[in-house]
Amino acid sequence: METVLAVLCGLMAAASIYLMLSGHIIRFIFGLVIATNAVNLLIFVAGRLSSHRPPLIADGSRVPAGEVANALPQALILTAIVIGFALLTFVFILFYRTYESLGTVDTEKMRFAEPDGEKAVSGAEEAKGSGA
Amino acid sequence: MAASLKHRREWIARASCVLPLGLFLGACALVPATAADGSHRLSLPWIPELGINLSFMLDGLSVFFALIISGIGFFVTVYAADYLHGHRHTGRFFVFLHAFMLSMLGLVTADNVIALFVFWELTTIFSYLLIGFEHEEAASRKSARQALLVTGAGGLALLVGFLLLEMISGTYEISRMIPQASPIGAHPLYGAVLFLIFIGAFTKSAQFPFHFWLPNAMAAPAPISAFLHSATMVKGGIYLLARFHPILGGGGAWTCTLMIIGAITAVGGAVLAMGQSDLKKILAYTTITALGIMTMFLGGKTTPSLTAAMTFLLVHSLYKSALFLVAGIIDHQTGTRRLEELGGLLRPMPATAFAAAAACLSMAGFPLFFGFIGKEIMYKGALAEAMCPELAAGAAVLSNALMTAVGAILVIRPFLGRSAGYPAPVREAGVFMWCGPVVLGGIGIIFGIVPDFVGRWLVGPAVHAFHFSVEDIGLSLFHGINEPLLLSMLTLAMGLGFYLTHRRLFQWIKSASEKIPVTAERVYDGCVNGVGRLGRLQTRILQNGSLHRYFFIVAAAFLLSVGYGFLSRAQGFPEVVPPDLALRQWLWVFGITAAVITVLVTRILLLAICALGVIGAGLAILFLSFGAPDLALTQLLVETLTVVIVSMILFRLPGAGSETKGRLSRRLFDGLLAAGSGVLVTTLLLAVLSTELDRTITAFFERNSYLVAHGKNIVNVILVDFRSMDTLGEIVVVATAGLAGYALIQNRRRE
Repeated sequence: METVLAVLCGLMAAASIYLMLSGHIIRFIFGLVIATNAVNLLIFVAGRLSSHRPPLIADGSRVPAGEVANALPQALILTAIVIGFALLTFVFILFYRTYESLGTVDTEKMRFAEPDGEKAVSGAEEAKGSGA
Repeated sequence: MAASLKHRREWIARASCVLPLGLFLGACALVPATAADGSHRLSLPWIPELGINLSFMLDGLSVFFALIISGIGFFVTVYAADYLHGHRHTGRFFVFLHAFMLSMLGLVTADNVIALFVFWELTTIFSYLLIGFEHEEAASRKSARQALLVTGAGGLALLVGFLLLEMISGTYEISRMIPQASPIGAHPLYGAVLFLIFIGAFTKSAQFPFHFWLPNAMAAPAPISAFLHSATMVKGGIYLLARFHPILGGGGAWTCTLMIIGAITAVGGAVLAMGQSDLKKILAYTTITALGIMTMFLGGKTTPSLTAAMTFLLVHSLYKSALFLVAGIIDHQTGTRRLEELGGLLRPMPATAFAAAAACLSMAGFPLFFGFIGKEIMYKGALAEAMCPELAAGAAVLSNALMTAVGAILVIRPFLGRSAGYPAPVREAGVFMWCGPVVLGGIGIIFGIVPDFVGRWLVGPAVHAFHFSVEDIGLSLFHGINEPLLLSMLTLAMGLGFYLTHRRLFQWIKSASEKIPVTAERVYDGCVNGVGRLGRLQTRILQNGSLHRYFFIVAAAFLLSVGYGFLSRAQGFPEVVPPDLALRQWLWVFGITAAVITVLVTRILLLAICALGVIGAGLAILFLSFGAPDLALTQLLVETLTVVIVSMILFRLPGAGSETKGRLSRRLFDGLLAAGSGVLVTTLLLAVLSTELDRTITAFFERNSYLVAHGKNIVNVILVDFRSMDTLGEIVVVATAGLAGYALIQNRRRE
């Protein structure tokens, strides 16, 4: 199972990187969602799928009886899921607001802070020239 | 109120002259002790583990420099308060000035080379601040930066030289390097050390080809030029050469380099000085000449040569600081420093005229002036050298003759020449301004009359501090009719000739110097502009505002660095356990794979969102079946919320179907990078899986979850108890994201 999941992890990572490179903010968001999931899966698999029994302690005993699932990656992933969700929500709003302000979903055309290469340099020089 | 405040500030500035005065008197008190060939060391631990101590040494050489620095510092302080009258930044100016003076004193007294280097750089930094004092002028800023870059780069070379010296000698203390002079000279790294220390000294002391920053530094106010760029800072390199003379000096490489570079600098500076019409520029170029002469004589190894270097240093400090202060007075009172606009200042400004005349006569080397003594000993030194005495004597005669002419020009044209008329009547400057140059010029006369005294107490101890010989340095008024005297007469005659033709020489040198195709300054400008161009180029490549470019670089860096790190350590491909899955597990895997591919290829927004939901829910199922119910629950909740929010927002945006299509080649590269990264992730994970799992931490939690924290759900106990601070951090992240999102929405409403 772990081997197959490792391949699946790679597939998800590849898909997320490809989507994030597409230059379209919606596809970028899709890539981000898949990347979050891929990383969680990676941590889970790296902690081994050793047992089907959750890491709980039965009433009356002081330690878990027999082998239980690895608790450590679960704690890490739990945190990661929540933080990933917070990040996604913020990115959604940010992108939506960007679209509202700039009127485009193409990240190559979002040039408010960083104007296009050549123009940026000559623009800055013009500004300096008029200031002097 | 404001006026009285300004007035008070001026008096505080003037009163701050007690600092240099106190230091000067202190240095005077040390003269008898050091003249008796005593050197006093003081060492404070700084970084003792590395052998770096704040150690100072007071000997004839350092006291000699300290006297010049503090003495001229005193007059400059007194002068500057009036010169800057009413300037907004008077306070800042005096802080920089005194800080510079203290750094310079540290430089000439440091015994540890690392401490010396720190003081060296401090003088560079304060020099930068002082040259750029009128920071609202572009020329001033440019000159300050040029001086900083040139001398700063030299300082770095110096540091490397010092570190190499430590490697050879095993000590950072100059006084302990001196006994090791011969092993250092025989060491294979000796050449490198020499080169690096020369670079440091030449940049600081404006030797060819690093001379160009000094005339540009004339953007500084006149008292700064008088202090830093004639009397003190530029002598830092000369001090360094003298200090290291017993350690590195005496060899052929030392003598040849210093003689040739010094001679070129001396003659070149003097010739260029004749082509200037700005008073301060003329003085700057003659300063370059003087520094060249000192460098040339420090190349020698006989007592007369080294005496010449030190004597001339004192001569030059006295007359040049006086002349810079005079130039400042002229500028201050008439509003111009251009020779052709000046004239007839003798009548309105008698005190200044006296100072200028005394300084210029010393500069021209007239008998009875200290400059004459300096020139005599110079010729004696040149003729005493075994190695090419003709070169040294020739360069000295030529540059002295040119300086004689310059001295004549500086007195005759502004003070005796015909006045071109000034916009306002010219008056003498205040007493605080002219007293400095008058005293400094006057000292030039007194020292010229009592050279024995100067030799015994000042120059002699300085020379003997770095030249260990019992030979008397022999400064005296009249040596009889001999070769040096004849050369002196020749110099005066040539100087007269240069003076008589100076207008024609001016035109000729001016037009010739404009035609030189490659100058050191242009090389410097090319380097500085080149850095700017390189910056623009890399910005255009790395930071062109394209998200695609940024993300591509990040992903490629991940692929290359992690991939290389892994491959360089991996022992073959990780062992793969053949999959053994039940049918429902295969179905699950295909379901997730299909969902991922759907997101990749679909143009229908709703379908893509559904596929994302499938991936999230699929993970929840996986968590559930492998003993992680808490994860499954959270994942389902978050996934549901994600789908809801994505739908809410995305349906207001133009659909995924309208995506921009990149060129095929770009998409091919993207695909290759993505596939490569995916393969790398899989390989890494397989490599992790092929190793033994270390369950130490998990076992700790399992053991103590109930016993210590009294919880039975181990995952929950980790989150809220063992690692509760992490969870608090997580909550902060969520809250911050929420607040930031809220702020973005609010901001829209306001618009």
